[in-house]
Formats: sequence, structure tokens, C-alpha cells
Amino acid sequence: MNARKQILDRLRAATDTAAEATPLDFTSMERPPWSQEECLQRFEQTLESVHGEVHRVDRAHWLLRLAEILQARKVRNLLAPVEHPLGQALRQSGRDDLPTLLAYDQVIEAWQPSLFNDVDASLTSTLGGIAETGSLILWPTRDEPRLMSLVPPIHIAVLDADQLYSTFLDALRQQGWSAGMPTNALLISGPSKTADIEQTLAYGVHGPRELIVLVLG
Amino acid sequence: MTAQPPPSDVEQFHPRARAALSDPQVRQNFRRAMDGLMAKRKAAFADWDLDALRDLGAAVRQRALAELPNLLEQLEQQLQANGIQVHWAVDGDHACRIVTDICRARDARRVIKGKSMVSEEMELNHYLEQHGIEALESDLGEYIVQLAEETPSHIIMPAIHKNTDEISELLHDKTGTRRSHDVEYLTASARQQLREKFMQADVGISGVNFAVASTGTLCLVENEGNGRMTTTVPPCHIAVTGIEKVVPGLDEVAVLLALLTRSATGQHITTYFNMISGPRQPDELDGPEEVHVVLVDNGRATLYQDPELRDTLRCIRCGACMNHCPVYTRVGGHTYGTTYPGPIGKILMPHLLGLASTRHLPSASSLCGACGEVCPVRIPIPDLLVRLRREAVDGDRLHPSRVAGHGSKRNPVEAVAWRSWRWLHSNGGRYRLGTALATRFRRLQPANLGAWTQYRTAPRLASRSLHQWVRQRSKQESDES
Repeated sequence: MNARKQILDRLRAATDTAAEATPLDFTSMERPPWSQEECLQRFEQTLESVHGEVHRVDRAHWLLRLAEILQARKVRNLLAPVEHPLGQALRQSGRDDLPTLLAYDQVIEAWQPSLFNDVDASLTSTLGGIAETGSLILWPTRDEPRLMSLVPPIHIAVLDADQLYSTFLDALRQQGWSAGMPTNALLISGPSKTADIEQTLAYGVHGPRELIVLVLG
Repeated sequence: MTAQPPPSDVEQFHPRARAALSDPQVRQNFRRAMDGLMAKRKAAFADWDLDALRDLGAAVRQRALAELPNLLEQLEQQLQANGIQVHWAVDGDHACRIVTDICRARDARRVIKGKSMVSEEMELNHYLEQHGIEALESDLGEYIVQLAEETPSHIIMPAIHKNTDEISELLHDKTGTRRSHDVEYLTASARQQLREKFMQADVGISGVNFAVASTGTLCLVENEGNGRMTTTVPPCHIAVTGIEKVVPGLDEVAVLLALLTRSATGQHITTYFNMISGPRQPDELDGPEEVHVVLVDNGRATLYQDPELRDTLRCIRCGACMNHCPVYTRVGGHTYGTTYPGPIGKILMPHLLGLASTRHLPSASSLCGACGEVCPVRIPIPDLLVRLRREAVDGDRLHPSRVAGHGSKRNPVEAVAWRSWRWLHSNGGRYRLGTALATRFRRLQPANLGAWTQYRTAPRLASRSLHQWVRQRSKQESDES
């Protein structure tokens, strides 16, 4: 017999499976009504508690701060979007204190070894942040593909201070995720880490060793 | 130290437990880890109404299970609409064949794996290797366990039974890594070795934490990033999952995610929450060309038919029950000899393997109730342990049970003893006669009472029964007045 039919038939042979009619009560998921500043503080504290780095910067001067961060780490090149306004600002800044700017403009197969071995850092935009868990929301695109936030050892994410949500539930409801999901959606809440060797934390096990968030206010 | 019997033989629970109890290294490794995890979980829920949240978690899972066949059909439809290929497997072997066929169709030789307990349940690595396909684990803990040719001893932290020295020695032997106590160095060297493997892999295999029916989305929870690598870098991604992992929508995912990571490791959230809803599209530059989902039954649909046992399927695999289990903490994960150890293993494995071989597991519990108290989806684990104990010794053929191996622990002598006990205690005259005889001939009581006297002195019967004593006392009192 066809496996699908066999499994579904077995499940349907169970009789007493009527679901309760009352809707689920999500009250216990709600957080206190945090102000924007409280949200930001919460986001900062939570992300920093897991080894993330958060910089609040003035919208007008973010490139300067970016340049300082990259210089302090002796970053030689930065993988950044091309079409996104952040990428455009970066590429048209005319600054001489920025590293070489790279673009993810070909399919991964065409440059995989180079992405894995030669890229020092990447910069991506975000769709928002989650205060309660210190998370960034990313929906990879052609301009900022999936591996951009994963393979380089340093990931710099830019977050708009106006795009902070209290909880994941708030974010996915307010952004209408149920209406259609992208091929890949991500919550990123710190640098890659493991505690698999005797519960000792080590960073950068497979993904970035450092996660740096620039909060533009 | 006593030599341990082979870990794969489930029946050898008792000899393995004795060996583990007398191994100070195993006990220290687990004690430290479990104490830490309990404290972290408590702190993570500090400013939550945990009881209300667990009620919600339980309701979410209960409702999803009530609708399971419909949700599975909806999930299949949505996944297919998103360009993901769906396969159904009745058991572990069937699932292994499906995975192997997908690999063969792509002429794949090298598989990289993200952590998946269902693939452990299927013994997928072994199957793939027998068919000439190399399968390499990429989660650091799983990688260590694979190098050591062992099985995971904890569902969240597979290598928790090993300390740094043991791991350093293992990495040195198997990969030539320099011996070191520096965990960062050991981790970095594993990163280097595994990065090469990610680039070479033909297929990536992962598990699934939640499958969303309404959007056709596969959710993966992880800290390392190996799960994202596995599901993004190779040209083909195969996700294997138990059929019970489906939830109706994204709201439900938010609830279970909040409960899962806090219950498991005391994290508010893991580093990565990866939601996959399709293969690479024509306008995308990375991601797998093909995504497959294998929906694995392996005993779950049969278990589902019993309304009490069905609660077992609520499990979201956080491992909190084992972290809080006094038995697990002392004997460690390998003692159980099963894919899922600890309390959840004791109530799940009998359904996957049958009670005949797992009959010792439901009894390996003090029924202290800690597992039930911490379970984020309120699985009544102690009640289910009692139910399975009864299933194991029950001889009632009038009520046929769905549990395979029902009655396999039934001992005729024990059965007669309990039947006599019931006969004696269900009639006043018989009971009084019995206690009178027992007190009169109390010196004939044997000093050796089997397992009871192995660690205790035998209790002494009193010279008078409680009834006699009360009767005499009230007689004295009335005489005095």
C-alpha cells in the first residue's frame, strides 16, 4: 500500500480527536508595553549578553562609525549589497577610509572558494529587530543572498531604530508574514556559537565569530 | 570500573546502569552539565508566567495533534506549491531508502548532516555508508560523537558525556589536531575541517523543529550555523522529520520557539532560527536547487490511535525532562541504549522498538514527577510511565493493547502473588486471618527479600497487627474509666 495513504488512514482511524473550539489564549506571550527606548535598551542588553555588539549611531554618521569598526579589526574587504540604499550610500560615499567593497553579484557556484576563504566581513540590511530576544530579522534577497550573513567571519547588520518589535509574535503579525514567506527567513541573535565541548562557550564555530549591529536613530 | 555492555543492546539497561554508577567521570560530567542547565532554564523563565505559558504550549500541541491528518495534507500541499518535494515513509528503513534514492538520482557521494534525532532513529548514517555514501555530521557535538563511533548521550548536547581532555585526545587521534585544553582552538580546528566538507558536499541532510502547514515552511533551531550551512550550501537539501512536528500556523511557532530554547538550554532564543519555504528561485544567487521533505511515521501513527499515549507526540525535543531527571543525571544517556534517553525516551522508545526489548525502561524511574513538572507542553510523563508499566505486565487478553510487546514483562509467579494479595485484602475475615498468621509466625520471615534487601535490611513484622493494637488500647482505656 502507498505509504501516504497508510499513514493517513492510521491517523484517521483514531476517533476521539475533536479539537477544542475556543481560540488559543496568547496573553501569556505578551510583554509589558515597552516604549521605543525601553525596546532599544532591551535589545541592546539581550544581544550584548550573548556576545553581540551594538552601536547606536546617528543616521547621518553611520559610515564614519562603520569605517572605525572595520579599521579597528583590520578588515581588508567588505561584502555589501549593491541595490539596497545602504549599499548605494556605502558605494557612493567617496570615503577613502573604507576597505575594498565586494559584491555578491554571481551565483554561489561561480565563486564559492573565494567567498569561503577571502571575504573578511559582510554588511547586510535587516527588516527589523526583536527587543525581547535581541534578534535581527533578515529575509535574504538577490542583492543580499542567504550566505552573505553566514560565511564571512564578521557580520555587520544595520537596523533602523524605528523597526523594533517587542516580541517575535508581534513582529510576524505586524509584518504580515502569514501572507507569504520568502524562500528563506532568518532570526539572527548573536554570533555563531557552540557549547558542545564541556559546555564551554566558543564563538564562530561555523558562522561569523562577530556580530556587530549598527542601530540607526 | 566495570566494562559496559554494548550500548546498542536496549535489554542490557541494568548492567550498564551499574557500570555507569560506578564511573566517577561519567557521573561528574553529567552532574555538572545538568545542574547548569537546570539553573539556566529557571533564570530564562524568571519574568514569565510559566504555568500559563506551558498551558498555551500544551494547547498548541494538543490542537495540532487533534488535526494531524488534515494538517499533514495541508503541509504537503503548501510545500509542493513552494517547490519542495514531499515523501512519506512508514518506518526508518523506508525513510533511509527514500534518502538514498534521492542521493543516487543526483549521483551524490558526499552528504553533510545537520543535527537530526529522527535520522539517528532511522540509523541513516549507517545505511548511507552501507550504500557507498559518506555521511558526515557537522554539529560539533555530533561530529565528536561520530569520530568516537558512539551515539549521542543527550538529545540537545550529544557529546555531554565527554570532557575536554577526552575530546582533545579524540580529535588528535582521528584528525591530527594538536592536543589542547583550549576549547576555542579545538573548535576553530573543527571549523576549518568542516568548512571544506560543506563546500564538497553533494547533499545536505537536516532535521526539522516545526513544519508550518499554512505557509509550507520548515523551521530549524540552532546556535552553530551548521544547520544553515547544511541547508544552504549543497545543491540539494533533504529534511527528515517525524509526522508529529507539524503546526497550523506561524503564531503557534512563536509560542513553541519561546518554550523550546528556554526549556532546553535556558536561552531566550538560539543564535539562528532558520525558516525555509522553498528551493533557490531563478532570480536568487544561492540556496539549494532541490529541497525534499521526508515525513517519517515509524510507529507514531499507531501510537496516535491511543488517546492517552498520544500525548507522547506533543514532545518538542527540548530535553528538559532529562536535565531534571535524577535517574538520567546519575546513569547518563548511553545507559538507556536508545536513540532518545531519559524520561521522554522511556515513554517513546517502547512504541518505536516494542515493549519486549524496552520493558526495563518505564520501571527505571522513581516517579518523582520532575519530568512532568518541567515539560513545556505538559506531557504527563509520570502517568505514561505508569501506563507503560501496566502494559508491560498486563496479561489481560480481553482488552487487546496497541502497544507492541504488551505483557512481555509478565512474570507468572509475580502475577499469582499479586492475585493472592488482592484475594487476601478484599475480604475482612481473610485479612484478619492473614495478619493473625503473619504476626504469629513472623520469625519465619526470610531475611533475604530479593532486590529490596540488596541495599536495605528487611523490615520486621510487629508482634501485633495495628487492628489488634487499637482494639487492646481502646479496651484498656474503657477499663480505666
